[in-house]
Amino acid sequence: MRFAFSDEQLALRDAVRELLEHACTPAQLRAAWTNESGRIPGLWQQLVEMGVIGMLAPEADGGLGLRMVDLVLVLEESGRSGVPEPVVETAALGVPLFGRTDVTVAAGHELVPWADSADVIVTRDGSFRREDAELIPHPSVDGSRRMFEVRGTPAPVAAGTLDAAFARAAVGVAAQQCGLSQRMLDLTAEYAKERRQFGVPIGSFQAVKHQLANARVALEFARPLVYRAAATGDPVHASMAKCKADDAALLTARAALQCHGAIGYTTEYDLHLYMKRAWALARSMGDGRLHRDLVGEAIL
Amino acid sequence: MDLSFTPGEEAFRAECRAWLDANVPRPPLPSGDTRAGFAAHLEWERKLYDARYAVVSWPREVGGRDASLWEWLIFEEEYYRAGAPQRVTQNGIFLLAPTIFEFGTPEQQSRILPMMASGEQTWCQGWSEPNAGSDLAGIASKAVRDDTAGGWRLSGQKTWTTRGAFCTHLFGLFRSDPAAERHQGLTYFLVDLATPGVTVRGVERLDGDEGFAEVFFDDVFVPDADVLGEPNQGWAVAMATTGSERGLTLRSPGRFLATAQRLIDLYHERGDDPLLRDRVVAAYVDAEAYRWQTFWTVTRLAEGVSAGAESSMVKVFWSELDVRMHELALELLSEHAELLDGDGAWMKGYEFALAGPIYAGTNEIQRNVIAERVLGLPRR
Repeated sequence: MRFAFSDEQLALRDAVRELLEHACTPAQLRAAWTNESGRIPGLWQQLVEMGVIGMLAPEADGGLGLRMVDLVLVLEESGRSGVPEPVVETAALGVPLFGRTDVTVAAGHELVPWADSADVIVTRDGSFRREDAELIPHPSVDGSRRMFEVRGTPAPVAAGTLDAAFARAAVGVAAQQCGLSQRMLDLTAEYAKERRQFGVPIGSFQAVKHQLANARVALEFARPLVYRAAATGDPVHASMAKCKADDAALLTARAALQCHGAIGYTTEYDLHLYMKRAWALARSMGDGRLHRDLVGEAIL
Repeated sequence: MDLSFTPGEEAFRAECRAWLDANVPRPPLPSGDTRAGFAAHLEWERKLYDARYAVVSWPREVGGRDASLWEWLIFEEEYYRAGAPQRVTQNGIFLLAPTIFEFGTPEQQSRILPMMASGEQTWCQGWSEPNAGSDLAGIASKAVRDDTAGGWRLSGQKTWTTRGAFCTHLFGLFRSDPAAERHQGLTYFLVDLATPGVTVRGVERLDGDEGFAEVFFDDVFVPDADVLGEPNQGWAVAMATTGSERGLTLRSPGRFLATAQRLIDLYHERGDDPLLRDRVVAAYVDAEAYRWQTFWTVTRLAEGVSAGAESSMVKVFWSELDVRMHELALELLSEHAELLDGDGAWMKGYEFALAGPIYAGTNEIQRNVIAERVLGLPRR
């Protein structure tokens, strides 16, 4: 047993983190809320060029022939920066499903973010070429997520293959939830060290400390399930990962907002960008109740 | 990343499973927190020792089998899976022993550890005092130097001492330099409770068992050979013990995996109540989360990275998981929950689980530690 990442996996994570620190800043993410696509111009191409989008495809098909366990930290970083791109949908779900690296894939069980700027759309009903689907737009609480209902006649995908694809997506979103939790915790811990009331930093109050400690504990026990699921590819493990990571992200969002106080309630401050993503992802690719139900079918 | 156990580890698991299935006491032993139950448990622990399962991770010469941390985890999983009882020797073998391995002299190690492994000497923990619980550094019990006799004279009182009424020995902190800053000037002593001047009074706990004790010290002589670590360095030595207590050695995942499985069995016995299904699954997922977080931690320990303040996260998690699982069991039992016969083990277990967020440093203290040492928030 060696339950840890390799130096190569950690180096790739660091490279992605470095890219996103300047290519997906809060200001760029904020700008995506109001632009045409909801995405950050040029970011997708940079991720493609780094090789992370297509890395699960075989080398013969233009990928790197790698596995989910190689991708999971990349996805966690994409969550940490709030990347407003269909990274999970393409890299984790679509690339292995289609064995292609030259398509942008948008996906969701029913509702599909960024469907209008993808080449292929995948729902629980099957797959669609974008030009063959009728897309009905809906506004999301997360302004960067352009959400669509998808109508049309899907091309069928073998049920087992589709289940496996959505299980990978659940792990991918779970990884993003861990990254988002980390971002919200970091933001809040920094703020609690700086913000002074009653003559002392608010982070010195136990009422603040304990909320953030609870969030940190939730993250501590979600991450290993996510990494385990990425390594095994077992769909039951994917479901365990998704429900625990959602719990951690929702708890962290709640604690982060409360510990910030009123400034966290403004849209001028960055917290809401990550909090709203966590809210959205908690019900994306199957919510906690659905995934616990799937675990229940396996263990009860 | 390699998530498999080696063939050697799998063989060890099979060996443990076979032995435990053949030897675990049935029906289960009475509570180890009563005088009669404690004696019955010591017989079981002696059987473990004779088969070299009492302390698998210790060196052979002191009663173990040099098992790796992975093998120790495997043993623990199999131990609780087989329905074997919580160890009445736990405060010695899981809390004191790691400290003796780290700070003890070779003489102390060879004298104390084999007697602890065999259960001939049983150890309780003398930390809390009437005025020092969470604020451990506030202890007032004194140690006064006796140069003529070559040792120290202890006076004062310890309290809430688990199984203190049944154990033969106590490890504890005493204030040896009253002039020093409060974290300084403490010394870690190993005390034979048969020494003249020691008085032990059992105290009934929430669950009705005499599991607690008050221990009074009236000019109790302890030789220099029974000081663990250097005099006045007791705080650092004690912190090593609390790390074990909060972290993985006291409450390994095997115990919670077994409880989750018993909860699933109870769920079925009670007719698969659909309103509670989601929470039964959540409890199982939490037990799995603890298992994999442990594998994550043990991998790093095996590679030489120390765990530090993370043990506080672990303590908060397992103690509150234990309460949640027992609360859920009582909901499944419904009107039967209050009964102490039949499935009453769940109510007893609930009462015991409620102690978890209190002992080994309350969860409020643990959350302070997490906030300050993991998240970097200011102490005050």
